[in-house]
Amino acid sequence: MDYSGYIALILQGAVVTAQLTVMGCALALVMAFVAGLGRLSRFGAVRALATAYIEFFRGTSVFVQLFWAYFVLPLLGVELTPLQAGVLALGLNVGAYGAEVVRGAVQSIGKEQREACVALNLTRFQAMRHVVLPQAIVPMLPTFGNNAIELLKATAIVSLISISDMTFQAQVMRAQTGSTLVPFATIMVIYFLFALAISGAIRALERRLTRGLDGVRA
Amino acid sequence: MLWDWSFAISIIPTLWEGVKITILATLLGSVVAAVAGLAIALLRRSTSLLVCKPVAFLAEFFRGTPLLVQLYVLFYVLPDIGITLSPLVAGVIGLGVHYATYTAEVYRAGIDNVARGQWEAAKAVNLTASQTWTRIILPQAVPPMIPALANYFIAMFKETPLLSAITILELMNQARSIANFNYRYIEPMTMVGVFFLVISLISVFGLRWLERRYGRVGS
Repeated sequence: MDYSGYIALILQGAVVTAQLTVMGCALALVMAFVAGLGRLSRFGAVRALATAYIEFFRGTSVFVQLFWAYFVLPLLGVELTPLQAGVLALGLNVGAYGAEVVRGAVQSIGKEQREACVALNLTRFQAMRHVVLPQAIVPMLPTFGNNAIELLKATAIVSLISISDMTFQAQVMRAQTGSTLVPFATIMVIYFLFALAISGAIRALERRLTRGLDGVRA
Repeated sequence: MLWDWSFAISIIPTLWEGVKITILATLLGSVVAAVAGLAIALLRRSTSLLVCKPVAFLAEFFRGTPLLVQLYVLFYVLPDIGITLSPLVAGVIGLGVHYATYTAEVYRAGIDNVARGQWEAAKAVNLTASQTWTRIILPQAVPPMIPALANYFIAMFKETPLLSAITILELMNQARSIANFNYRYIEPMTMVGVFFLVISLISVFGLRWLERRYGRVGS
């Protein structure tokens, strides 16, 4: 049996999966910083809003959020394409997990750093931008990498709202050829390679950002 | 097209049938994850490279691939090689083995946290390997892991809607069939979301209690 046409189909699906992962991660990264820093705001209302966002998206399953975005939002007047619904649900969900990482990393920066900022008369924004965040980014990276891999794995569920990602194409191939092992083994290997690529990229970024810092950081 | 309370109340019994399956799958999956995770953690400590390397690779592989695809493999590929599982058994094995790769890391950290002196003392009083594990190491290693393990069980609970993809009639699948049958999505989908949110918020308090009771790994 000639599978080459189907393998091409799966590779097309791999491109969609990669797109979803990249766009979802971009949204998640923005939301992680907005909500993570929001939780540390001096304004109670901002803190409450950020906490509500984080608890809501961590508390309800990403699967439910995706179906809600796809089936219920149109009834409330927000029409989303499947791809938009997928990116929105994945990005907002993983962003809520990322927000806790941002908060933890920012809080782990020593008190003396903040005192030094006050002593130098930096504004709160300057202190965050030039002193705290540059130091907090590095400890965030490994967990961000894990979150990105979680997002990659979660993209598989968008196949259930008719996005033709890799899992969807594997199901098409299964339905049309009756072969089960070839499609699923192929996409598992591709997902795993994507996951390896993400963790490799994060490690490279970590090396790049810590270059020349040996002995400076505790 | 707004919220209809009488419809929402009328579907509660059907959703409840799904809740029961969701909870059953979570409990059984947690047991599999707890046991298989310990097995992975112990096998990875093996001194034989033929055991520890393949186990480490397989655990990485299962952790790096989507649960949904693993469920499809259990549900569609295994019957082709002569192993037919009922959907619920396939789902529980899928959930359990996927999360075992996470709980294995918790066990590893917990076991590494037991002080070296304990191992040496066990050797000094001439305990066998199995006595050392069951009497000395695990009783000290397990309590601090409990909050971290519970955290993964809650995460697993939130992944149970995936089981609907392999025809298990858990909560999400019941909600979808109600929605497709009546062509009303807003009530079933929202109620499923609220159910997960309520359970998660309760479990946050449960976790805090466990952390106070048993402490965290590494603290």
